[in-house]
Amino acid sequence: MKPEQPVTKAEKTPGIIGNEPVIAISKLRKSFGKQEVLHDVSLKLMNGENLVVLGKSGSGKSVLIKCIVRLLFSDGGTVSVFGKNVMTLNDEELSEVRQKIGFLFQSSALYDSMTVRQNLEFPLRRIWRGLSEKNIEDKVHEVLENVGLADALNKMPSQLSGGMRKRISLARTIIVDPLVMLYDEPTTGLDPVTSDEISILINEVQKKYKTSSIIITHDIRCARSTANRIIMLRDGVVYSEGNVTDYEKTTDPVIKSFFQ
Amino acid sequence: MLERTCIIHTFQEFPSFILRIPQGRFSVAAECVNHAKISESYVTHGLRHSPNFVRQKHSNMIRFNPVVKVSGFARVQSVRLSEKTMAKTAVAHGFLTNIADVTLFIMRVARETFSRRFEFNEFMRQCFQIGNKSLPLISVTGIIMGLVLTIQSRPALIRFGAVTLLPGMVAVSLIREMGPVITALICAGKIGSGMGAELGSMKVTEQIDAMEVSSTNPMRFLVVTRVLAATIMVPLLILYADALGIAGSWVGANLKGDVTFFLFFSQAFSHIRFSDFLPAVIKSFFFGAVIGLVGCYKGYNAGRGTESVGIAANSAVVLASLLVIIVDMIAVQVTDMLF
Repeated sequence: MKPEQPVTKAEKTPGIIGNEPVIAISKLRKSFGKQEVLHDVSLKLMNGENLVVLGKSGSGKSVLIKCIVRLLFSDGGTVSVFGKNVMTLNDEELSEVRQKIGFLFQSSALYDSMTVRQNLEFPLRRIWRGLSEKNIEDKVHEVLENVGLADALNKMPSQLSGGMRKRISLARTIIVDPLVMLYDEPTTGLDPVTSDEISILINEVQKKYKTSSIIITHDIRCARSTANRIIMLRDGVVYSEGNVTDYEKTTDPVIKSFFQ
Repeated sequence: MLERTCIIHTFQEFPSFILRIPQGRFSVAAECVNHAKISESYVTHGLRHSPNFVRQKHSNMIRFNPVVKVSGFARVQSVRLSEKTMAKTAVAHGFLTNIADVTLFIMRVARETFSRRFEFNEFMRQCFQIGNKSLPLISVTGIIMGLVLTIQSRPALIRFGAVTLLPGMVAVSLIREMGPVITALICAGKIGSGMGAELGSMKVTEQIDAMEVSSTNPMRFLVVTRVLAATIMVPLLILYADALGIAGSWVGANLKGDVTFFLFFSQAFSHIRFSDFLPAVIKSFFFGAVIGLVGCYKGYNAGRGTESVGIAANSAVVLASLLVIIVDMIAVQVTDMLF
């Protein structure tokens, strides 16, 4: 596999992945001071696809998905989500786009001062205003059961383990039925067993909620089990693109060092 | 060896060089200076390379080379001067950027305060956090404030034969100055540091980002509610501290005397005018706003590391305390002009 050459198109998987790009990034550039983190990065996320973005620490993976939800402004290029360039949207339009995107943070980002229930209710009450208390209650129980933590309802985040926090964070993300999921290193800091459980959950979420996902990771186990397509970032540019098999067969030393 | 110096302004890499020329070779040195403009590359290279190298390259300048010694010290000093200038420019730039940041932050808070969706539940929660949870600390401070002021003032008033003025003096002192300032300083410590640390840790653990991507305006939810709650609760805490201070003063007066509670209070309040009370209440709103704004600004703009949480909390307390004193000074001047 040659770097920077798409070896497998997502459209080659009929029935699972659609032809419409949900997210289209074109020539994205982002610098912090003199350090250029992203340099002309272009990629597309197809409908229903799980796209894994691999790369070493500091290669710009997290910056990439933060640009998608405009937590960071880009220095150049376009980030199009559902056909809208998020960099040029006003606050209300951006809010509408964000409502369709679920973002799982690397640190889980649960609100420390709230219980699990309040954490789950928080986005629900803001995005789906006017929902009855019974509906909210049902929805909270549903997502908690989906992530296998039905008994953690009244616990505080400080009482949860790392894996449980990730699950609750995932539950908080999927509670508003997002169309796109962005996972920022979902298995970082977890043991292999819990990492596998999170990977399985990611696949289940994709099937159940029909989401398209970008999974930022440097965990090869997670990439293998979740990816429809893999993009590797290196020094702020797209180094290679393909599916798991392509990456495993490649003789490229940079990719091989990752996949061994 | 005695040395003279002259400056050549022809080098590209450094703005100037001081050439140290030994005494007795001045004419040669002067010639060197004259040649400097036309043989700039020679002199530049001559500084870096051995005389043999220069001899090969520029034979017509050989005789100047041994006498022209550019001091390494001068070079270092010139670079150091440039670095200092750059550092001071950076400091000035940082200062101006901070002022711009603070101004934008205040403007954004003001804009969000009057936006359509007000987070009333969070506002009430913050009022409870700031008000109710500060009560024990403010109670103890208020009582001790009145007690100490009475015990300290009593001997002096006895000396002047004005001990009957004690309740009035304590009440006026507490209401006009001591109550607001001391309570505000205590609040700056408790509330300001709490806000700085809480928002700072939320920033570090990406909770603010999480709020933003779930279509919640963190400025409206976290900052506006806290600033408003502080603006409203600090004046109430100050009034509470004033009342307890006067009660503490009554206790102090009874330690070495005998005065009824009713008599003490009626004497105290007979000396208080509206012009004592109103400016103190007005400035206490400003104290609350300053404490809330500083605490939130420091926390909201904390860095990414865990160390920045401590820095945010610490700087929030220091800056809020300082600003409380500055606001008090301005308020006293304004009060003096108006009342």
